[in-house]
Amino acid sequence: MNFKTTIGLEVHIELKTNSKIFSPSPVEFGDQPNANTNVIDWGYPGVLPQTNKGVVEAGMMAAKALHADITRTQHFDRKNYFYPDNPKAYQVTQADTPIGTDGWIEIEVEGKKKKVGIAEMHIEEDAGKNSHNPNGYSYVDLNRQGTPLIEIVSKPDIESPDEAYAYLEALRQRIQFTGISDVKMEEGSMRVDVNISIRPLGADKFGTKAELKNINSFNFVRKGLAFEEKRQQKILLAGGQVRPETRRYDEASGQTILMRVKEGAEDYRYFPEPDLPSITIDDEWIKNVENKMPEMPGKRRARYVDELGLTDYDAMVLTQTKEMSDFFEAAVAQGADPKLTANYLMGDVNAYLNDQKVDLQETKLTPEHLASMVKMISDETISSKMAKKVFKAITEGEEPTSWVKAKGLVQLSDPAVLEPIIVEVVDNNEQSVADFKNGKDRAVGFLVGQIMKQTKGQANPKIVNKILMKELNSR
Amino acid sequence: MKFFDITVTELHQKLVDKELTVTELVSETLDQIEADQKVLNDFVTINREGALAQAKAIDEKGVAADNIWSGIPIAIKDNIVTKGIKTTAASKMLSNFTPIYDATVIERLQANDVIIIGKTNMDEFAMGGSTETSYFGDTRNPWDHTKVPGGSSGGSATTVSAGNSIAALGSDTGGSIRQPASYTGIVGVKPTYGRISRYGLIAFGSSLDQIGPMTRSVKDNAALLNIIAGMDERDLTSSDKAVPDFTSKIGKDIKGMKIGLPKEYLGEGINDDVKEVVRQAVEILTDLGATIEEISLPRSKYGVAAYYIIGSSEASSNLQRFDGIRYGHRAEDVKNLEDVYVKSRSEGFGDEVKRRIMLGTYSLSAGTYDAYFKKAAQVRTLIIDDFNKIFENYDLIIGPTAPTPAYKLGAEVDDPTTMYMNDVLTIPVNLAGLPAMSVPAGFSDGMPVGLQIIAKPFDEVTMYQAGAAFEAATDVHQKHPEMEDK
Amino acid sequence: MTTENNITKTDVEHVATLAKLKFSDEQLEKFTDQIEDIIGLVNTLNEVDTTDVEPTFNVTDQLNRMREDVAVRSGDKDVLLANAPETENGFIRVPAILDESEEA
Repeated sequence: MNFKTTIGLEVHIELKTNSKIFSPSPVEFGDQPNANTNVIDWGYPGVLPQTNKGVVEAGMMAAKALHADITRTQHFDRKNYFYPDNPKAYQVTQADTPIGTDGWIEIEVEGKKKKVGIAEMHIEEDAGKNSHNPNGYSYVDLNRQGTPLIEIVSKPDIESPDEAYAYLEALRQRIQFTGISDVKMEEGSMRVDVNISIRPLGADKFGTKAELKNINSFNFVRKGLAFEEKRQQKILLAGGQVRPETRRYDEASGQTILMRVKEGAEDYRYFPEPDLPSITIDDEWIKNVENKMPEMPGKRRARYVDELGLTDYDAMVLTQTKEMSDFFEAAVAQGADPKLTANYLMGDVNAYLNDQKVDLQETKLTPEHLASMVKMISDETISSKMAKKVFKAITEGEEPTSWVKAKGLVQLSDPAVLEPIIVEVVDNNEQSVADFKNGKDRAVGFLVGQIMKQTKGQANPKIVNKILMKELNSR
Repeated sequence: MKFFDITVTELHQKLVDKELTVTELVSETLDQIEADQKVLNDFVTINREGALAQAKAIDEKGVAADNIWSGIPIAIKDNIVTKGIKTTAASKMLSNFTPIYDATVIERLQANDVIIIGKTNMDEFAMGGSTETSYFGDTRNPWDHTKVPGGSSGGSATTVSAGNSIAALGSDTGGSIRQPASYTGIVGVKPTYGRISRYGLIAFGSSLDQIGPMTRSVKDNAALLNIIAGMDERDLTSSDKAVPDFTSKIGKDIKGMKIGLPKEYLGEGINDDVKEVVRQAVEILTDLGATIEEISLPRSKYGVAAYYIIGSSEASSNLQRFDGIRYGHRAEDVKNLEDVYVKSRSEGFGDEVKRRIMLGTYSLSAGTYDAYFKKAAQVRTLIIDDFNKIFENYDLIIGPTAPTPAYKLGAEVDDPTTMYMNDVLTIPVNLAGLPAMSVPAGFSDGMPVGLQIIAKPFDEVTMYQAGAAFEAATDVHQKHPEMEDK
Repeated sequence: MTTENNITKTDVEHVATLAKLKFSDEQLEKFTDQIEDIIGLVNTLNEVDTTDVEPTFNVTDQLNRMREDVAVRSGDKDVLLANAPETENGFIRVPAILDESEEA
């Protein structure tokens, strides 16, 4: 029997606003527990929520970036449940009128392109953090309470773990380009819950879903789904039934492990939040938000190819992350040659980031420094060989022009200086001249080496070659 | 000094003329409140030290001659949070709770040098119509100590009615200012929804709640509204409409005013004496030059049912935050988290609050949402439509405030449906968000009866104009309870 | 259209579980009766034809009221913690959850 797999993803993304969604407390991480809280975050008697306009606009940007329709009249709803990290015992979310509906993103798996639908996305408040301790207590920190989230729910279009992986990559990339979130799984600013069901090929009814919660990386999503796909197939092939379960992925064993069997839907008693007026969004507001939005990767790629003369491949690599793309554009804006800048970013810079296991923004590299270096290469102030040393220096935060000067690394390109040195080397190596005349090209390499030795490696090889050939041919 | 025959303006003049210092005024007010507290039980907290300290500070800097509220002590219902002054909502749940912030109305009062004299008793979390559901015991009606003062703002109504406080703030979700005002013979106003910030009002029914002034005279009432009304950035449902001077038309005649009298408000279940008082009021208003015509609000009789669904649903959600974790009552002897929740809440809430939480939770449940919560919200739309239609042709609507005068303590406390019907005349106003007042209009067996005046949204000015004209044409408000052993 | 909405003791118990309330048997009987009465009152709403009627969820005259995205630090951490029944090292402390499953 063959099966068809259906995967759904619910992705929570933390928005990078200054303040929380319904209170003016700062959105900051790593502070002392409960330091970034106020009476609203604690759900004090009498407090009321105050919607952050920045969150609504971030939601509109997400909707735009994911080709979704923006809901023109919206309200918030309360989702009621008790938990220590949920101070009001209700979460303010959008159940009825999600900010965006009916979007899509394009993914590519093994060269095949596919559009994956997005059912809806809604803005809501995050809960605080509840840490369990074996001493019999839990500890509640409400710093995260009220941090704005956007939850993005896919349509049941994803049919394999690889597609799920590609969807997450594409989603992260597009959201990252809007600048509304850092979208980092490891820091919790992107969180993924997935559900998966299988059914025999040809069956028109979806199978029973199993949910996987709290997965730590895209890779574990893929592995967990692959395991789950096989687990469910085995059950069905053995004549069994898949139960509606919540499971988790165990990284050590590569298996999914049962957390609980779901018994009926939870009763969250949703109803419209009476403390908040409705929001209506008109064309003008949408246009304003669009104007504030950074350019999306597709547009950037086209511009890199059409205006800057990069290859499709280069443009694609440079737009993998917004940081890289912004860095590239800033360097080019300083007057650096686009192709050469692209080569450095894709080569030395990427190698350096992989080696150090850091993100671009965590390094001491700046677009200004890279641009100065690239310009020195272009105008032949330094050789590409010297550039290796200069690159190392700029990763340490050195200003390349002054560093090169201080180290005396400036390339010798002045023919008036080079010519006497070259003449002298040729004069001292008659055998090489003879070899050259007999057609042995190796002789040239030897002579260049000697000239480089004389100039402590600072001679411009191009100029040296030119003068040397002239000299040899004249003998 | 009893405040029976003095207005805020007159009291202010005494302070300006130094006939009386603020400290003397506050001290005398505290003394008379404390003297009657044993009998009336109208306060949960008397703010003696705080009020005297504030009085001293105002005496030192001098009473502002251009602000009638400077140095005037007023009472605050105990569901309005006051920084540093215990605020309980008359619940065991908050019996030891001291807020760390001030409600917006408190900030506004303090900006005007108004002195918080104390926190008044009420039905627990404002749920009830008699002030009998308070964790701190029932409040007695000053006119007859065997009778309820009404509720839920019973303590605020009582202290004003007894002449112990010149003004008080209450809150009104289904009639909780107007009904006790009617039962105790004072002026109580529920302004338009959004007129006053709800920030710092411990929420009951968020789409219905509104804070309002309770006073002896219509003019004092309007003057108090003047200093607490207006947009608040912390309450996004508060209106950004300009705040007029609510006293501006007080004293102007009401000739030509068109007033509707809903036939449903004088129908079955309305006490005969109450009907008679309203009939007399119609005559007085007619004599003053107004035209009164019978109208119909056909769907208003469904108001009670819709209200109990909507109010209880919102309350069930609003009261979930009382979970024993961050503040308020925490049960002892708890083994796990579920214990913390269930025991703290079961111990902390009284029966009426539990009933409403249960009804609300049930109404919002997945299987009943459409039949209850949504249905009630649709009926609410129709009730609003009824009012809108009438207000196309009329300036005001009048009727009784409550179906009966105050009843005996304990008579209805265990019969929720009968108790709920007491709000039949006040509830439609909350559902529609309209402004309305209860003004003393007569007596039944020695107990006060109020006339309700309902106005268009944000037209409190006309409501006060008519209320003041009516007040000036009767001597009802001049009568007051005698505070011997009643 | 009328619907019978008899509420049973089991219903009331279920609702109590959702609301985190517990009643003794005696209370449960009383509550079931009283809530049944209230539900009876509420069922009069079925007399009203609400076909195509939009529900009203609030009566504010405001629309698009929002706050600009400006952060303000309250500095209230200590006074907030002081009101909590149990705290430890700046955290609110609660007895452990028996059921280890995470909500939403």
